[in-house]
Amino acid sequence: MKFNHEIVEKNIGLLGIFTVIAISFGGLVQITPLLFQKDTTEPVDGLIPYTALQTEGRDIYVREGCYNCHSQMIRPLRAETERYGHYSVAGESVWDHPFQWGSKRTGPDLARVGGRYSDKWHEVHLIDPRAVVPQSNMPGFPWLAENKLDGKLTGQKMEILRNLHKGGNKGQDLYTDEEIAGAQKAVEGKTEMQALIAYLQSLGHALK
Amino acid sequence: MALMTNFWSIWITVLTLVVIVGCFILLRLVTKNTTGVEEGESMGHSFDGIEELNNPLPKWWSYMFYVTIVFGVIYLALYPGLGNYKGLLGWSSSNQSIGTENGIKADSEAAIELANKEGRWVQYDQEVKRADEQFGPIFRAYAETPLEELVKNEDALKVGGRLFLQNCSQCHGSDARGSKGFPNLTDNDWLYGGELATIKTTLMNGRHGMMPPKGGLPIEDSEIKGLAEYVTKLAGRDHDEALAAQGQASFMKGCFACHGMDATGNKFMGAPNLTNNIWLYGGSRGAIEQSIKNGRSGVMPAWKDVLGEEKVHVITAYVYSLSNK
Repeated sequence: MKFNHEIVEKNIGLLGIFTVIAISFGGLVQITPLLFQKDTTEPVDGLIPYTALQTEGRDIYVREGCYNCHSQMIRPLRAETERYGHYSVAGESVWDHPFQWGSKRTGPDLARVGGRYSDKWHEVHLIDPRAVVPQSNMPGFPWLAENKLDGKLTGQKMEILRNLHKGGNKGQDLYTDEEIAGAQKAVEGKTEMQALIAYLQSLGHALK
Repeated sequence: MALMTNFWSIWITVLTLVVIVGCFILLRLVTKNTTGVEEGESMGHSFDGIEELNNPLPKWWSYMFYVTIVFGVIYLALYPGLGNYKGLLGWSSSNQSIGTENGIKADSEAAIELANKEGRWVQYDQEVKRADEQFGPIFRAYAETPLEELVKNEDALKVGGRLFLQNCSQCHGSDARGSKGFPNLTDNDWLYGGELATIKTTLMNGRHGMMPPKGGLPIEDSEIKGLAEYVTKLAGRDHDEALAAQGQASFMKGCFACHGMDATGNKFMGAPNLTNNIWLYGGSRGAIEQSIKNGRSGVMPAWKDVLGEEKVHVITAYVYSLSNK
């Protein structure tokens, strides 16, 4: 066979295709197996799907960019588990799209913040962090207490998650039809603050 | 860490080897002159007067490429990389610096096997174990010391202070003097009681303090001003006597059920003492009116599961010491 570069060099499309094939080998080796491993695809025991209000709270967490300063990923190092609790495992994030592991800690890790503070503390702290922690450099989020949710999309969000994980909760679906039908009612009129706090309080209870 | 299924192990192994062999073949092919043009001669095309000559790949470059291939093969033989294959050295990132345990050599195959069998992170577990050997006896000794004696132990109070700063200061403040809605712990005024055992119960199980709007009593909005005035009087502050008298009548509608006939509170249910001029939610007339009108709700989280009893024991001593110097 006469091997000729000329074909590849003069057909930019072909060159592109070969390039994609070449670099996709790395992904095929490193990424694809993880998509089929129990450790990374099955929920840990005791993981509970987000309620309607928590679902909305999670979206606010993403919208306000909390992940820029707060990780949700406790590493298996004693210094971290002493402060935050049991290290995080992949099975705790299987229903998170996208997961909120983050990559930078300006503030503390929040993977197990649920139940650590009272709802009232979160409210005061989110409106003005310095009211309770004088040395905090976290910005305040006072508008969360004013913005009300209409819940028009809540049911849809839950339905999409359910369809992504058919039978994903130990053979059960994540939500029943009634839960999805009642989603709007469950969040309508609640403030974004209430939703975010509900989400924060739900974090990290699966492992102690 | 669980192992991969055989399919994925083989998938990774085969693809990795295919890439290495592929690189080798590609390198062999492109270093051979198959163009039919003498080395160093013109390929016969020029662009803007720049002519392409048939030059081979630089020797140093292609040798480097061979070296990386050889390095890759040796690496994959010695270290884990090909699926579930553990490598000839038996190295694993999770068993570094674990030391020997139960006669099993550190970093050895046997150590990994034990770890895999028990499904644990060796390095992390060793770290925890070492810390437990160092600090465990201290905490256990504290836990066995009755609180009455522990509060006299300067070292224990220092440890308790550190734990307080880390876990409690977010609400109660680094000086433990609290803030609006979060009790001051230094004033020896206690919602649920300041005895050592009570403080420990509070820390272990948490508390949920609740005052319903208007105490859940048939109190009219018009009565709130008077009530606030009466409460101000109880605290021993300047007040309007006539208005306070009206408030006292409203108080008798049932406020005493929780706050007591003499308004000194009820530690059993966490109802605050109204006579000491200490205000959890602010002592201005406006704040008092708000408290009466809308009620208040305060939650102290339970720490038993987060910190464990041993640490709570030490923190109890520290919190007690804040008000009993």
